[in-house]
Amino acid sequence: MVKMEVHDLNLWYGSFHALKDINMKVYKHKVTAFIGPSGCGKSTLIRCLNRMNDLISNVHVEGRVLLDDKNIYDKDIDVVNLRKRVGMVFQKPNPFPMSIHENITYGPKLHGKKKGLDELVEEKLKDAALWSEVKDILGQNAMDLSGGQQQRLCIARCLAVEPDVILFDEPCSALDPISTGKIEDLINELKRHYTIVIVTHNMQQAARISDYTGYFYLGELKEFNKTKKIFTNPDNPETERYITGKFG
Amino acid sequence: MDRYTKQTIMKGVLWASALITISFLVIIIGFIVYKGAPAISWEFLTEAPRRSGRLGGIFPAIVGTIYLAGLAVLVATPIGVGGALFLTEFSKESKFTRFIRFGADTLNGVPSIIFGLFGFAFLVYYMGFGISILSGGLTLAFMILPTVFRTAEEAIRAVPRWDKEGSYALGATKLQTIWHVVLPQSISGIVTGIILGLGRAAGETAPIIFTAAILNPVLPGSIMQPTMALPAHLYTLTSEGISMQNAFGTALVLIVMVLVFNLLVSLIRKKKALRR
Amino acid sequence: MVRRLSEDMVKGILGICAIFSIIIIFLIIIFLFREGLEAFSYTNVIDFVLGREWNPSKETFGAAAFIVSSLFVTVGAIIIAVPVGLLTAIFLAELSPQRVREVVKPAIELLAGIPSVIYGLFGLIVIVKYIRITLDQPTGESILAGSIILAIMILPTIISISEDSLRQVPRAYKEGSLALGATHWESIARIIVPSASSGILASIILGVGRAIGETMAVVLVVGNVEKLPTSFFDSGEPLTSTILLEMGEAAVGSPHYYSIFALGILLFLIVMVLNIVSNVWLGRGLKRG
Ligand SMILES: Nc1ncnc2c1ncn2[C@@H]1O[C@H](COP(=O)(O)OP(=O)(O)OP(=O)(O)O)[C@@H](O)[C@H]1O
Ligand SMILES: [Mg+2]
Repeated sequence: MVKMEVHDLNLWYGSFHALKDINMKVYKHKVTAFIGPSGCGKSTLIRCLNRMNDLISNVHVEGRVLLDDKNIYDKDIDVVNLRKRVGMVFQKPNPFPMSIHENITYGPKLHGKKKGLDELVEEKLKDAALWSEVKDILGQNAMDLSGGQQQRLCIARCLAVEPDVILFDEPCSALDPISTGKIEDLINELKRHYTIVIVTHNMQQAARISDYTGYFYLGELKEFNKTKKIFTNPDNPETERYITGKFG
Repeated sequence: MDRYTKQTIMKGVLWASALITISFLVIIIGFIVYKGAPAISWEFLTEAPRRSGRLGGIFPAIVGTIYLAGLAVLVATPIGVGGALFLTEFSKESKFTRFIRFGADTLNGVPSIIFGLFGFAFLVYYMGFGISILSGGLTLAFMILPTVFRTAEEAIRAVPRWDKEGSYALGATKLQTIWHVVLPQSISGIVTGIILGLGRAAGETAPIIFTAAILNPVLPGSIMQPTMALPAHLYTLTSEGISMQNAFGTALVLIVMVLVFNLLVSLIRKKKALRR
Repeated sequence: MVRRLSEDMVKGILGICAIFSIIIIFLIIIFLFREGLEAFSYTNVIDFVLGREWNPSKETFGAAAFIVSSLFVTVGAIIIAVPVGLLTAIFLAELSPQRVREVVKPAIELLAGIPSVIYGLFGLIVIVKYIRITLDQPTGESILAGSIILAIMILPTIISISEDSLRQVPRAYKEGSLALGATHWESIARIIVPSASSGILASIILGVGRAIGETMAVVLVVGNVEKLPTSFFDSGEPLTSTILLEMGEAAVGSPHYYSIFALGILLFLIVMVLNIVSNVWLGRGLKRG
């Protein structure tokens, strides 16, 4: 089943054409990975999926991005609600400088939840595989956690607003291998309930955790296919060269 | 109230606050110009006051202010720039340099009236300079020193390292490098600080009222004599209700001076930004 | 050899320039205290600070009315300036289009550059009159007038330091908040402002120091009545006003003269503590940010 669809998407930063005629689908309860060399527009595209690019001045977007068949770039769309439905985890862990508990309840409180917050905190921390490590220090400042713990906290924080889709922009690039492993396991677990899009620089990671993969180069989507296919028998020879490391 | 309405209202409030802040400036300057303009005439600018300022002009006060602010800058500039050079070129970041900066920041926070008391006790009385341009100018120099010092430091710090290294590579000594590379490149920043200091020195009242200012409308013959000054004259005209029209005229002259200084500073900054 | 020698000499001279500010501070302390401490051989410190009567001809020196007046005008100024200043700072850091910012920033700098005596003149003719006529008070020369003028004067301090600290809040916090479905305003109020709170507090403390130490703007509008004020509509006489008004009448070396310097010590100590607290605070805030 298709959760999100990108149609003829073009994006300019000022006069710089950063995304060119992108067409692709994000399937429900699957993991979709974006790969490609640095600067090819992976972050730009993933930030189009919850309209985070709106924050940057001078950005111009054309085309359509459908979420459950509704164009999120329509005039009548409520961006705040969109971002509640399409959550995001960033490259560098960015917990708020407040307690672990407050980090998790921040979103739900905004959306009007007042009761059952403690249960929610426990549930989401468990979902993010962090509960056992922090259950006794919920009142402590989140900035004191390790990088890997912070990233899982950010995932828990994102889960707490109960999104449909979670976007990950290189969630492991600032982490050590063990923390990376934990997050990969977590993503595998999460796809049972959520639809996931992930940007990664790590080819093995894409191969390990994703169901679909898109290969980007200079703002173009060169190939979009099942991950298995991309990594064994890609349609586009350029993709093969990139994957086998003969790129350049 | 729903979240979006709240956001719309708050954004309105933010715009309104900025507008209020700006309107303070517009109203104050507008008011001074409106009330002061009728007082301005050639005679007002070039004649001495008569009958304690009820009649006549403010010429001696203009001259006095130029003397006082000029002396202040003349004293504060070498000390400030010298100190800045010491921090940037002759010492590594340490407790000591932090202490120096802390000292400058602390001095910057001393209320102007305290400078007045100090100037009186130390310069006028202890040093025996009397009520004079020298006492007033030095008091003002102490007051603007932190401004000149910190601005110069910033400007000198902004000189790229490779430019200095290029000079050393050509066999220049440290002093030659400072003279031929560092100072020329940071001069506009240093001048900015000097103009800022000049503006502050010209407008300050409390420090000169005990140390330099008198009401006697004669031009000072030497720096050991007291002088009239614009802000002190303005204060006397206002507090004793001598002539509001002339008070506003004096205020206008003073504000024009400040505006010109600010304009100069922003011109220098613009030019520098363009060159980059 | 010669080069080393001259370089060392230059370094020595520049070093003296560098510590000049500190020398001046020490001189200020020495001379302020040398004259001011003399006052306490006539009046003991407690009577000086808490005494209600200040009468130079009777050689009674109690500064309570001045201290209370100073506190009153300052509190009033802060109550007015903090909301306006903080909101303007938020506007500049978060909302302002570049073109608007290019107008507002220099305007605020200019506001900081206007000489304080001109604020006084403006306050006397406009604000005092407004309070007397429109608010129908017996006298417009009041604590309130002083507070309003001071509020305008300390706005630039509060705005510029607060704006700097708001800008130093990492972008990632804001993005994190928005990505959770917070509105821009919610992100400002719940994440950005709290994260900048130490800088904002420092700006306020610095503003308090400015307000307490300001002389010329206040002396022209507060009425200068040596009486404990009880409301914002009362006249008052802050420490700075007394120093300015009475220095001219006091004979050098008289108890009155020494007592004025003692007021100076009081003022100096209050302002220095505030400034040092705020500088240390700001330094710490920057390091963590
Ligand atoms: N705010 C911006 N303004 C202008 N150009 C930008 C901006 N953000 C990104 N770009 C440009 O758009 C292109 C795509 O950037 P993007 O961040 O999407 O790349 P990426 O594929 O995520 O790279 P990386 O793997 O390094 O994260 C780059 O050329 C970049 O320089
Ligand atoms: Mg990226």
